[in-house]
Amino acid sequence: MVALLDRRLVFVTGKGGVGKTTVACALALFAAERGRRTLLCEVDAKGDVASYLETDETSFTPRQVLPGLFAMSMDTEASLREYLKLNLRIPVVGRIGPLARAFDFVATAAPGVREILTVGKLCYEVRERHYDLVVVDAPATGHIVGQLAAPQAINELVKVGLIRSQTDWMVEILSDPARTGLVIVTTPEEMPVNETMELAGRVAKETSVDLADVVVNRVLPELFGRNEEQVFERLCRPDAAHRLGELVGGDPRPVLEAARLAVTLRRTRAEHLERLRAGLDSEVQMLYLPFLFTRFHGLRTIRQVASSLGEELGF
Amino acid sequence: MPKARRAEDTAGSLDGLLASREIVVACGPGGVGKTTTAAAAAATAAARIGGKVLVLTVDPAKRLANALGLDGIGNTERQVPEDAFHNAGVRPAGELWAAMLDTKESWDSLIRTHAPDARTRDEILGNPLYRNISGRFVQSHDYIAMERLFEIHSEGDYDLIVVDTPPTRNALDFLDAPERMADFFSSRLLRWLIVPYRSRLVNVASRPFYQVADRILGTQFLEDIAQFFILFQTMYDGFVERARAVQRLLAERRTSFVVVSTLEVVPLREAEFFAEQLVARKLHLGAIVLNKVLPAYLRDPSGAEVAEAMRDRATDLAGALAPVLGGAEERNVRRVLTEVGQSYLDYRVVAQREAEQRAEVGTAPEVLVSVPFFDTDVYDVAGLLRLGSRLWGEEPRAT
Repeated sequence: MVALLDRRLVFVTGKGGVGKTTVACALALFAAERGRRTLLCEVDAKGDVASYLETDETSFTPRQVLPGLFAMSMDTEASLREYLKLNLRIPVVGRIGPLARAFDFVATAAPGVREILTVGKLCYEVRERHYDLVVVDAPATGHIVGQLAAPQAINELVKVGLIRSQTDWMVEILSDPARTGLVIVTTPEEMPVNETMELAGRVAKETSVDLADVVVNRVLPELFGRNEEQVFERLCRPDAAHRLGELVGGDPRPVLEAARLAVTLRRTRAEHLERLRAGLDSEVQMLYLPFLFTRFHGLRTIRQVASSLGEELGF
Repeated sequence: MPKARRAEDTAGSLDGLLASREIVVACGPGGVGKTTTAAAAAATAAARIGGKVLVLTVDPAKRLANALGLDGIGNTERQVPEDAFHNAGVRPAGELWAAMLDTKESWDSLIRTHAPDARTRDEILGNPLYRNISGRFVQSHDYIAMERLFEIHSEGDYDLIVVDTPPTRNALDFLDAPERMADFFSSRLLRWLIVPYRSRLVNVASRPFYQVADRILGTQFLEDIAQFFILFQTMYDGFVERARAVQRLLAERRTSFVVVSTLEVVPLREAEFFAEQLVARKLHLGAIVLNKVLPAYLRDPSGAEVAEAMRDRATDLAGALAPVLGGAEERNVRRVLTEVGQSYLDYRVVAQREAEQRAEVGTAPEVLVSVPFFDTDVYDVAGLLRLGSRLWGEEPRAT
């Protein structure tokens, strides 16, 4: 089992809304703080990474946004341009005319081209050792398998040509657990847990990428210890609540009700966590991140998550 | 129906919308409970308004099957057994049907409809590129989802179809999909590609493109692509016409869009952007549903004072409360008071942030509904109807 930070290429995926981008940013930040020259790549290009890290918009050209942390956003057309420049001797870019349209066409006509240009660029950065670690804010669970399996799919479709010779080394990097790993982010809720287990199965079956860790985000705190729950129940009885109200000079019922909500939420989630643990291969490590009761979002949040993640990774 | 009165009566309810439209599309960012909301809206419409209601989920994660307690809903529509309503203590006024989108199956059926003859049909279905497009690559979900909606709607079996949209990279993708499909089949580049291979090399204008494409993809692959599109070309008219018809249907008054979001910063920003886009495209923004909203009692100002007192004066209070707590250990009481107080204050921070977010929602749809954070999961018809009653703007019955 290779430690996450010792790998070279880590894809972070998860169902929409579970905090995938937050975890990708936090992982990259933590790695950079540990002295790894780190590249964080946002594949969806929604601009969330820039917003979370409170920096200017990212582009295809990586830019150092924090010490040791470089950020870029994927642009498949720019990736194609770079690829052509590197691989074709002729100064073709100017000569094929409206590249954007041609590209759009090829990408639509030849399925997987967009995916291969994304994965290709990432693998290229790994092969050239430009960075110690490349962290990918990857597509969500519905799209990640198509992405990771693209080189193999292309291999099946294309028998000769430059692309064919290129996909072999990509497959080699992606299949090597010492270099490449997948992280699935989830929350301890029903649907995200279902999707995580389903994805873990598909990744094992349809790709050669190693599932490294499952990050469980927004884990709620346990409110009461064993004997304390009884005390709470007594406190909720009308006579006790009334007395408490007199002592504090206000109605304690909203506060008690909120505690009950917190306990129920925690309990429901604990069941999903158990289900998840039981449904995953025992080799897969689970990392837990606490729910953040904060009013801010952005770099401060990312720093908090990074430090929790660091603890979970054993630092 | 006088419009002003209606708006007033139903400002917090989906009732009017679901009763008056034929298609309601639930859309919004991922992870906000879109699928469950769509299922709840459909189940409640079936129970209360009546008629034949279909919920069409296009999510590949097969979640509706879970939510409805049904295994293996396929591409074909199935009725949710009336017993499921009876078990929830409800005698439904109408019928609830459910279907899930099977992309591969839908593509195949589309080919069968549009192929000019049996030979072309079989050649397409057997083409390796086709199998990849239809099965493996996700972009094709977007188009097929809207296509399937169109097909079901034109068959005319349902009074109301509630659609859950696929988790796209960009929430707008599925709206553009029919247009993109039409554009693609009309494109000059496609015509370039399917001219016979020899004459391509003669054509000066396109030669550099082919030289590059050849070197990257290999001649054989290009030929495969060309072959595939020559086959597809036979269905061109049918496809383009169909794509345009799908586009029109989405813009008609019988269709409305419901944007679902939570009050978290990032999803809400995305949802607002989406609502603006709908308006800009002259599509009908029927409602915004704010899901998983924390209860209002967390923002009660005196609640905060009480919680602070419990946390900060836990030791004194523990002693004073001992007589009414049946001899509980003071140490435990102290901990409980501290935890309960702190927990309230923690959740309060989040609830206040949500309230600020809500106040800032810029787009004003006809209907704005808040659905509370349910403390248990919604996994059966009873749960869907409970959620549905909140979509109808009802407060929960006191317990």
